[in-house]
Order: sequence, then C-alpha cells, then structure tokens
Amino acid sequence: MRKIRSNVEKRRLQGVVIISTLASLSFLYFGILKPGKEATTFGFVLNNEWVIIKEWVISSQTGARIFSIISLLASAIAIAALKKGRSISVPVAVASFGILMSFLTWIASGKFIPFTGLLQGGLLLSIPLIFGAMSGLVCERSGVINIAIEGQLLASAFVSAVVASLTGLSWWGLLAAPFAGAAISFLLATFAIKFSVDQVILGFVINVLVIGLTDFLYKKLLIPFQNTWNSPPTFEVIPIPILSKIPVVGPILFTHTIVVYLMFVIVSGVTFTLYKTKWGLRTRAVGEHPTAADTVGIDVNKLRFRNVMIAGFIAGVGGAFYTVGSVGAFGKEMTAGAGFIALAALIFGKWSPIGALFAALLFGFATNLQSTLSIIGVAIPSEFMLMVPYIATIIAVTGLVGRVRAPAADGIPYRRGGAH
Amino acid sequence: MSLELRGITKTFGSFTANDSIDLKVETGQIHAILGENGAGKSTLMNIVYGLLKADSGEILIDGKVVDISNPSDALNVGIGMVHQHFMLIPVFTVAENIMLGHEKSSKLRVLDLDQARAAIRAISEDFGLQVDPDAIVETLPVGIQQKVEIIKALIYEAKVLILDEPTAVLTPQETDELLNTMRDLKNKGTSIIFITHKLREVRAVADQITIIRRGKVVAAVSPETSEGELASMMVGRAVDLSPEKYQHEMGGAILEVKNLTVRDALGAAIVKGVNFHVNAGEVLAVAGVQGNGQSELARALINLEDHIEGSILLDGEEIRGASIKDSLHAGIAFIPESRELDGVIGSFSIAENLILDLHELSPYSKGINLSAKVMQSEAEKRVAEFDIRTQSILDAVSTLSGGNKQKVVIARELSRPIKVLVASQPTRGLDVGSIEFVHERILAERDAGRGVILFSTELDEVIALADRIAVMYRGEILGIVDSKVTREELGLLMAGVTSAKVGAE
Amino acid sequence: MKNTISRIGQSIKLPGLSFLMAFTITGIIIAVSDEKVMNKIGSPIEFLKSAGASVGNAYLALFQGSIYDNRLAKSNFFEGFYPFFETLVTATPLILTGLSVALAFKSGLFNIGAQGQFIFGAIGASYVGFRFELPVGIHILAAALAGIVLAAIWGGLVGFLKAKTGAHEVILTIMLNYIAAFFILWLLKTKTFLRPGRIDPIAPEVADSAKLPLLAGENFRIHAGIFIALAAALFVWWLLTKTTIGYKFRAVGANSQAARTAGISVPFVITSTMMICGALAGLGGAVHVLGSEHALNTDVAGSFGFDAITVALLGRAQPLGTVFAALLFGALHTGGRMMQSNTGVPLDIVVVTQGLIVLFIAAPMFVRYIFRLKKLNASTSLTSKGWNG
Repeated sequence: MRKIRSNVEKRRLQGVVIISTLASLSFLYFGILKPGKEATTFGFVLNNEWVIIKEWVISSQTGARIFSIISLLASAIAIAALKKGRSISVPVAVASFGILMSFLTWIASGKFIPFTGLLQGGLLLSIPLIFGAMSGLVCERSGVINIAIEGQLLASAFVSAVVASLTGLSWWGLLAAPFAGAAISFLLATFAIKFSVDQVILGFVINVLVIGLTDFLYKKLLIPFQNTWNSPPTFEVIPIPILSKIPVVGPILFTHTIVVYLMFVIVSGVTFTLYKTKWGLRTRAVGEHPTAADTVGIDVNKLRFRNVMIAGFIAGVGGAFYTVGSVGAFGKEMTAGAGFIALAALIFGKWSPIGALFAALLFGFATNLQSTLSIIGVAIPSEFMLMVPYIATIIAVTGLVGRVRAPAADGIPYRRGGAH
Repeated sequence: MSLELRGITKTFGSFTANDSIDLKVETGQIHAILGENGAGKSTLMNIVYGLLKADSGEILIDGKVVDISNPSDALNVGIGMVHQHFMLIPVFTVAENIMLGHEKSSKLRVLDLDQARAAIRAISEDFGLQVDPDAIVETLPVGIQQKVEIIKALIYEAKVLILDEPTAVLTPQETDELLNTMRDLKNKGTSIIFITHKLREVRAVADQITIIRRGKVVAAVSPETSEGELASMMVGRAVDLSPEKYQHEMGGAILEVKNLTVRDALGAAIVKGVNFHVNAGEVLAVAGVQGNGQSELARALINLEDHIEGSILLDGEEIRGASIKDSLHAGIAFIPESRELDGVIGSFSIAENLILDLHELSPYSKGINLSAKVMQSEAEKRVAEFDIRTQSILDAVSTLSGGNKQKVVIARELSRPIKVLVASQPTRGLDVGSIEFVHERILAERDAGRGVILFSTELDEVIALADRIAVMYRGEILGIVDSKVTREELGLLMAGVTSAKVGAE
Repeated sequence: MKNTISRIGQSIKLPGLSFLMAFTITGIIIAVSDEKVMNKIGSPIEFLKSAGASVGNAYLALFQGSIYDNRLAKSNFFEGFYPFFETLVTATPLILTGLSVALAFKSGLFNIGAQGQFIFGAIGASYVGFRFELPVGIHILAAALAGIVLAAIWGGLVGFLKAKTGAHEVILTIMLNYIAAFFILWLLKTKTFLRPGRIDPIAPEVADSAKLPLLAGENFRIHAGIFIALAAALFVWWLLTKTTIGYKFRAVGANSQAARTAGISVPFVITSTMMICGALAGLGGAVHVLGSEHALNTDVAGSFGFDAITVALLGRAQPLGTVFAALLFGALHTGGRMMQSNTGVPLDIVVVTQGLIVLFIAAPMFVRYIFRLKKLNASTSLTSKGWNG
C-alpha cells in the first residue's frame, strides 16, 4: 500500500475509517442485535406526478441490512479509491446515504416515511440558507467577510412582508426584498471598505441592529396593525409542465414557487460567472491578492463595494422566501440564526458555490429529518434531533474539512501603499 | 519614450521619503537608480506607477506633463512595472494572471483564454521568455514567475519598464540572463528603470546612474564609476562590507544535523534529508536562491515546522521533537527571517518584546507573577548595550525603524545563555549601518565560541562572514565548500550544477 | 495638568461622540415611529414640539427606570434608587459575560459563545443549589464552583477543538450556543431537573443556603453578586497585566506567529483562554441563578451572552471599560422596560441604541469623517481575526 503521509490524506483516511465503522455498526445494531420488528413503509408520491411506485414496504430488519451492506460495499470502494489516490467523494456519499437509510428503515419500523416529502421539505428549508451562502460567497471571494447574512435575511424578510402587505401583491414584496438586503449591504460595505472597520465585529453589530430594529417595528407596527402591515399574500406554487410529473424528482425540484426557481438561477449564475467571466476573474483576484489586482488597473475597493451590494440583493431574495415565499406573515426574529448556518455552509463548502449549495442542502435535510421523525413519533427527544444540524456543522468544520483556506485577502481592508 | 521627474516630494508623517527628486530617463536607455534600503527608491517608483500620490512635483512623458493617480493611468501612458514582491495571484494560471485587468471575452461573455495564451506565446517568442500559459503560478520557480511579470508588463506594450530589485531572488546565472533580456529590450526601444543596491549589476548594464540617499538625489554618474565610489556615494561615507575576521581555533561540532527532512502540510518534502554540522566558533553559511528550503530548514532547527524527520543534535543531545520553547532554552538563539511577522510584536513595548522568550525565567518572573520592574530595568540595559534608538523602552516596537527592530530581536536572543545562533536572512531590508552592526554581532558570537548558522541569499554577505558555505538547491545541500570559493562556483551550485571540483564534504 | 485634561478629553471624545450619534438616531426612530408625532407632520413647529416631547418622555422614562425615580422615594430619598439597584442586578451577569468576551479578545479570539457558557454555569449552580444541603457559605461556593467547572469545560471545548483542528471559534461557539439552548430545553423536562408538581419547564428553587445575600434588604433585589463581578474584573486585570499567563495571552492575541516563534505554546493559550472565558461566563450564569433567579428556567440566559459581545466591544476589551459598559447596557435594559410600559416605545429600541454605540466606537474613521476631526484617539481599536487567522 502507498504510504499515506499528508494531513489531508490522513484526514481522508480517518473519514473513511469512521464511515466504515458506522456502516458495520449499523449492520450489527439495526440489522442483527436490535432489529426493528415490523415493516417500514416508504411513500414516494406527493402530488399528482406519474406513479411508478407508490409505496415500498419492507421488513425493517431486511431493509436495514440491505442498506448497511450497500454502505459497507461503498466504504470498501472508498478505501480502494483512497489507496489508488483517486477521489473518494462519490463512494463516501453513497456510504453515508446507506447508513442514513439503514437508520431510517430501523427507526421507522411499523411507521410510514414520506420519502419524497422528506427531500422536498429539506430542499425548502435550505432555500434561505442557499441564498445566504451565495451572498456570503460573493462577498468573501472578493475579500469582505460577511457575518451580516443573518441581518440581510431578516431585514429583507421584514421588508418583503411589509411591502407585500401594503400593496397586496406578493410580487412587490419579492421586488422590495433585494433592496432591503442591499441596504444592509450598503452599511456593511461602507463601514468595512470606506472606514476599515473590523469585518467580523461589524457584521455582528449589524445583526444586532437589524434584530433590534425589526423587533422594535414589529411590536410598534406589525402587531397592532396586523391587517395593514403584516398580512402579505404568498406566491402560488407553479409546477413546471411535464418535469413536475417525473416521479420523486418532479415534486422535489419542479413543483415550487418562483423564489425556489430563482435559487436555481442564482446558484448556476454565480457558479458560471465566478469561474468563466471577467467579473469572476477580477473578483477572485481581488479576494486573493488585491495589490496585484490594483497594479493592473482594477479598482479594488469599487469592485468589493459592488460585490457586497450584489450579495445584499441575493440574500434579499432569500429573505423574501421566509414571508411571501412561504408562510406569509413576518414573525419576530423569524430567521432564527439561518444566516449563521448559511455562513457555516459557505465554510463547509470551502467557499465554492457548489460546495456551499450541497452543505446548505445537508443542513436543510437534517433539520427536516428531525421534524419528520418527531411527527411520526420516534423515541428520540426532539431536542437532540434539533441539535443534529449544529453538531453536524461542528463535525464538519473540525473533522471532515479541517483547515480550509479562505480567500487569502478575506477580511483585510485594502489600502494602497499599505503592507505590500 | 522618455520619462522625466521634476521635484517629486513625498512625506509620510514627519518622515520625508522623497525630497524634491529630479530625474530623466532617456528613450532606449537603462537608467539605474542606486540607493541602500530605505533610501526612497521604491517610494519614488510607486509614485511613478500611481500606487502612491506625490505631495508635489510632476511627471513628464516625452516632455509633456501627465497625471498619474493610479496604476491604470500609468499603464495607459506606457509605464510598466515589475515589483519587488511579485504582483501575481498564486492560485491563478499564468494566462489568467496575464489577462487580468484587460480581459478579452468571447461570445456569451466567457473569458477568452485562448486569446491570452496566443498573446503570451507571441511575446515569449519575441523576447525569448519561455513560460507555459497554463501552469499555476504558485508552482513555478521564482525565476519563471519573474518572467511572467515581465511578460505582463510587455503585453501592455510598456515603453518604460520599471524593474524594482529584480535580481534579489535570482541566481547569478539567472541574473545574467535577466541582464541580457534587459539589453534586448533596450535594443528594441524600451526604456528601463533599474532599481537596485547591487553595484556590480549596475555597472554591467546601466547607461546612466542616479544615486539616491535619504530621499535625495546625491549624484548622477556614468557606469564607469568604480564600485568603491558608488558605495561611498550611496551610503555617504566610506564603507567596507567585508568585516575583519580573526583566525582562531574552532571547537568540535556543537550542532549536528542528520538526515533532516521537513514536509509541508500536504506531505511534500521541502527539505530532503540534509546532513551537516556546525563547529563551535564557526560561521556556517547556508546560501542559495530564495525558496530552496532554507527558510524551512532554519525553522526546523528550533522545531518551528510541524513535520520534521531525522535528527538534530545540540551539543550531543537530541532536540528534534522538543517543543519550541525547550529548543530555545536548550541553547539556540533564533533570528527569524521576517522581523515583523515572527520577530517582534508590533503593539508590544520594547521592554515587553525583549522578554518574549524569557518571561518564564528568573528574574523576570516568579511563579506566574511577572515583574514589570525587572523587565524594565533589564530593558534599559539592553537598549544601551545594543544601541537601540528609541525615546523610551515603553514605546511600541512598531514605532521603530527596521534596523532597530532587528536590534530588539538580536538583543533578546543574545541575552540568555546560548550555544548556537541561527540567523535567517538577518540583514534583509536593513540600511548599511544596521547591516554592519548585525555582521559585527554575528562575528562576535563566533569569536566567543558559539556555533553560528547563517542563512542568507546575499552572496557578498555569505562570502564575507562564512568559514564554510553550504549551498541549498531544491531542498538538498548540494555541497559544503570553503569560504575561499569563487562567486562563479557558488553560482553554479546555487543553480543546481555540481561538478567534481566542488565536491561535497 | 492641562495635558492630563486634554488627554482625558481625547480619550473620551470617541465614546462621547458615539453616544451622541447613537442617541440622536434612536431619538429620530422613536419620533418617526410615533403616530402622534407623524400626525402633525403638516406643521413643522408642532411636529418638532411633539417629536421633542415624545423623545423627551421616552428618555426620561429610560432614566427613571434605570437610575433614580423620585416617584418611588415615598418614605425616604434612598428608595428612589430602586431602579439603580435594578440596573446593578442586570449589570452583574453582564459584567461577567462581558469579561469573558473581553478576555478572549485579548488572546485574539472572538468568543460568541458566552451565551452557551452562561447556560452551563446556570445549570451547574442550580443543580448543586437545589440538590444538596450544605452550610451557608460552603453551599454558595460549591454551587458557583459547579457552574464554573461545567462552563469552563464547555468553553474549553471550543479552545481544544480550535487548537487541535484549526476550526474557527466563531463558527464553533455559534453552534455550541444552539446546542446549549436545546440541551437546557431537554434538561428541564427530565425528572432530575423538573420541579415536582410542575409541567412548565422550571427547576426547583435553590436552597436558601445557596442564595447570595441581599445587600439592601428584602425590598431590593440587589445582591452580593455585584461584588463577585467586580472581583472578577479585578482578577482579569491582574491576570492580563501582572502574570506570565496574561503576558502569553496578550502576545498570542497581538501576533500569534511571533509568540509561537518565541516558544509560547499557541494551543495552550487558546485552550486555557477559552476555559477561563467559559469559567467567567459560567460564573455569570451561577451568580444570576443564585442571586436573582433562584430557579433554572429555559430563558435563564436571556440575552446576557449576546449583549456581552457589545459590552466587551464598548469596553474596548479592558476590564474596567467592560464594567462601565455593562453598567451602561444594564441601565439601558432596565430603563427600557420602564420606557416600554410608560411611553409605549418597545424595549427593543435599546438594542438598536446599543448596536449603534458599538458600531460608531468600532469605526473611529467614520466618527472622524462625520465630525471633520483631525485627531481622534483610537489606538486600541479592536480587531478579530479573519477565517485564516
């Protein structure tokens, strides 16, 4: 066997070992020692999509065994891939999925798991996280740390609810939200770029301000005059013709409101522009080595300012999702820390759009899994299930990801003639 | 294209970096600007390039006043610059770096990398600067990175090219190559401003020399001027940068390094199984072009690197794997390569900096109680002994000049019992007075029977101070030679050429 | 003498101007959100008068609710200070959590985790407080110690993980805050912690022997915790300026690379700093439970841990500054309640004021720009470290 030397490889090896161990344990525990006694039912149909398979009923024990074995096989492939120095992400993903399914089959013994609904709900929960993470990405790739995602989301959720209530049109709410996000960005950009305030502290303070201000206005206006100020209409779900009819995939991806479709557009747009266009090249340059960008005539602070504003617009759409995009009315501190989870997703995703997307999806899914399981009534205290996304984040930032490097100039104000 | 500067003045607070500087660079000439570190050369060039704004004075191109307030203006009037610290994005490819700032896009606004590649190839062929457009810059040797920088300037069709200390990172052979490129460029009509403090190079290539001292033009001379004259004009007094070295008996090996390998975080070997020893009372200089593993080797000697294999014996005792603190307290004094980052804490006072690695020792502390009184009284002594120029020992170190910061580091490291001094680029960026001071101190340690290991990229310094010279190339020590070796032989070793003549020890 | 005065003048210029701007903006928000004021927008004079009255009343209520209220001084002058004692009660845990964040800043760490550390301190103190029967002095000590130890472990975990893996403390502490919040929700449902006969999540009251003594009799809530908090501030000052440990903390905080090169163990500093920070915030939780709450509930931590960050920022991470900042924010919160009930201005406006003050303090260049100042003393502006730090 090739000698494994580097830290990265060591960490990968550790990861694979942990996955294999978990797979073995799940086989032993869910499949042999404490098998579920009854059958588990997975439901696949959510709306009126074409039906290939409506339900899948399997004995809890057999199901758990099958999925554990799949997981074990995938772990073995991962180990082989590691030895050959190839990428292990696909087998590790399959193995993790196998363990998860094995656990689900076991814990839902005698119960019904709405499989498609679980995934669709997970996607919906991750929508604001994805917008938030993209906002963070556009800022941080150009060198401005964005801790204020929470404030951007909250402010735009507030504004979209108010504007949609006052106009009676959800479209106006969606249109106003990005401007609210951008207003927060303006504060961030002005103080960070023009006045060189420490960006982590600044972002934190901006969040405090937005929380204070929305709480204040909520009590002062939205509660007493709810009919005028806080009863926004919401968007209708627009199923995409044909695509929405595809079993499983249709309801998960193609049966949504405009806000969710905007997410697809923005993620692909950010990915494409960041790596393929002039704007992207300059953005990355400014985030890595601003002085070098300056010496070829790029106005570093102007570009950064613009990017922070763009990030505000992006986060704003995510904020609108909370109100006109889903439940309608604004609630006190309704973003409940999603901005920080979005930030964690960005870091977990190593500052790449696709990485951040998947990290955000993972958090959304974990949260939805918790609520699904507590609805079907499994025996784990819901508080512990609620902790899962946060524990997962800690494991992610300490174990799997390790010392990821942020863009080299992230968080450092640029001044000409400063340190070289 | 000619470039003229009239009365350029630039002050930073109470410090005058450029004092009414006049200068004229004629078309198709190589104009050297000579001055020691801190004389104001880089400030002047940053003004010409639009990175700094002059307080007063004007810049003329072909006799017409131009306004250059940012680098785009400079590029537009045809001024290009190769900075001392390369202005390349390490994670980008050569093509991406070169197209940055004037990108061409094909349809759908996609970046047109093919166009950039073609342009690079064209320039490469015209000027004989071979680079691979798709290589990632951080993986390239510094010599090649410099070529990328020059191509970058040429692609903008620079008519005046500023080269700021371009030879600092090159081997003597690469330096010769660069000087040839400069002559080529000149013959094709490019005017070149060549910033340096190396007299030999100036005399080899310049058409006109302007000498700057303390922000003022002190002389404009021809390249026929002797090195001695140039040096004394540059410093303002007669200088002799080869200090007197007394012959004396050496002791036995005080530091022995066996099979030492240092790896980076990704597991790649940066230092590859090196062996050497340092005797008591000897200066062993480690020469080599920057980036060949010297920094990592120096850091490894006090266990500052994370992945070290092999053996380090200090006076017969194994110290590899010891903590940094234990390595220092075992008797190694360490002068790090970067004063600002590794040597001092800028916001701490001089007194506090002087106990950075001593604060746990008596008499500075008892248990966990730190004695401010002892700290301050000892600091007063060091400041006097090492001639640290300051108003008060309670001033923050960040207020000191580079030379005085280095004196703080040296004072601290030499104020505890040591057996070996490890000095990594101890004179980088210092003025001549400070360089002389550092050299004297190094030799004093040698004469007092300590082993000294000096890492330096400055060949003159190596030759002046060393008893023996080890040359590092790509993480290996290619040979250890006597200090009487010629520059040419050293140059060959630094370029990785070993011959029978310079056999390993 | 003149020099000293001008120096003091210089050093309070930034906070002073920041306060001025923050209270002005808050005033504008209060005025424009008041419909009685906005109804008069047609006539400028009436509008200004009414706005002045609206803001004036709100700020008067803020003062009466936090410092002195002559309406309360029925039998003697002293009773009018009831609001001030309330301010001290609120400020006590804030001083401790503020010190926790401030100390972390000194070591170059941004501790957002005071909230979670506070919760664990409260849990430990509460458990020992209601579960055991011990003599008076010892019971307080044991309960406080239990809180300190639990919280030190919780805080130390952050330091350990950061030192070991390089994970950023901002992310770690945010996540651990959530986990701590869910943990206390769960804990208060367990048999061990749920008060017998209750279904709402509240723990049994701590024994009388574990309660901190009251300082001004039964009619006031002011308790000995304020002295504990002040002693902790003194301790942090001593630790930072008089010991080798504090020297190491400051060295790593100012330039960790140089500190490491000189042989100072950065992992040790990170881990021990976070442990002490945890202990301080935990002591805050313990003092809050033993001094004023007496029983653990799910909202025991309120926003002490988060306000701590603004407190430490306003206090420039200096122990004495933190004490003053905690007193100020304690006053804002205490007075804000009176303002809400008397004038109908929601309490949350003080959060805005708080945020604005800190924003301006953190942005000396901005203050200088607004007031066209040439010189502004801001040598100790705080910085955190970016993701790569």
